[in-house]
Amino acid sequence: MKLRMAVLSHLVNLRDIPDLQGIEIGADSVSLGAMVTQHELIAHAGLGEAVPLLREAALQIADSQVRYLGTLGGNVANGDPDNDMPGLMQCLDATYQVTGPDDLRQIQARDFYESAYFTARADDEILTRLMVPIPAAGTGYAYEKQKRKIGDYASAAAAVLVGKGFASIAMTNLADVPVWSAEAGVALAAGDREGAVSAALAAIDPQEDMRGPVEFKRHVAGVVPRRAIDRALSRVAG
Amino acid sequence: MSKMHVKLTVNGAAVEGLAEPRTLLIHCLRENLGVTGPHVGCETSHCGACTVDMDGRSVKSCTVFVAQAQGADVTTVEGLVNADGSLSVLQEMFREHYGLQCGFCTSGTITRAHRFLQENPIPTEEQVRFGMAGNLCRCTGYQNIVKAILAAAEMMNAQDKPSSTEGVGQQKVETAE
Repeated sequence: MKLRMAVLSHLVNLRDIPDLQGIEIGADSVSLGAMVTQHELIAHAGLGEAVPLLREAALQIADSQVRYLGTLGGNVANGDPDNDMPGLMQCLDATYQVTGPDDLRQIQARDFYESAYFTARADDEILTRLMVPIPAAGTGYAYEKQKRKIGDYASAAAAVLVGKGFASIAMTNLADVPVWSAEAGVALAAGDREGAVSAALAAIDPQEDMRGPVEFKRHVAGVVPRRAIDRALSRVAG
Repeated sequence: MSKMHVKLTVNGAAVEGLAEPRTLLIHCLRENLGVTGPHVGCETSHCGACTVDMDGRSVKSCTVFVAQAQGADVTTVEGLVNADGSLSVLQEMFREHYGLQCGFCTSGTITRAHRFLQENPIPTEEQVRFGMAGNLCRCTGYQNIVKAILAAAEMMNAQDKPSSTEGVGQQKVETAE
């Protein structure tokens, strides 16, 4: 609409819908309204304690001005493979709630992305909330993002959670959908760092773009998860 | 889409008029209201030249539909001057430390710095650079912009003592780590 590529008959300001707002910290999970901004994710003290990975990632998205308006829901629902939150939500095993004319349904973040800009959401549904499981106390976490400058999309990024007998690894902007590798998580949970990196890299399919050729993407894709894994391991407590 | 009746406050003055909902706030400010302090740089949320303050938040007004600004309180660089029309401490420090060369980015940079210093009244140099990362300047290399903001913080904190210590309305500080 801004670019005059779309002419629409109605414009609804989603910010006026209270049900799309709010951060609620439950016993086992947090519930995030689709219109929660990146700034709110960063500023919310309880969320920073419950899911510190979210804050670490949000601080690496765009810049202060954009974070004041940019929403979590927009970031995950657009299906843009450049975006950080889809991979992050797959790492965290989040569930999306979408609401249509008659009903609402839940879709796992790991099942949501079909190809670039195509998702499991139907045209008459909107994303309303995200439910994120709270990782067990002492779980190590890291979001590592290689970018050309602050505010840019990732050349490659990796989200890692690791705890006792458990690990989860997802990567961003290395395929037309976020890349969550079950094999990588199993390997890291068993203490096999290099096996985890190999499994994660086996699942990527980077394309050449203005951030570099495929060879460069593959090189960065090798560096980023190692850094994320090492930082996550250094934060494992208890 | 038919035009909508828009009401907002710009630099303390109530304004209203008809606008297409898709009109960008920056175009409404510049073309309808004649408020030409904020500039159109990239029109894609990268450069920050169009930064204004909207309800206590820095936003890039090239990426806000005027419909989203309905009822909002908007401040531009014109609204930052002292009541007597003299330059604010922050504006004065940009002049003092040569925090600009061509000046194209300056209105957005100062407007962002104004909000940043309310978010974080006692910033480190690293925090200034992180908080100002959404404003591109192709002339200065940023060194003198950072100097000007740090100098303004020091002067404003000296002025505030001892009356206020808690930073009224201060938001949680964003830091990289």
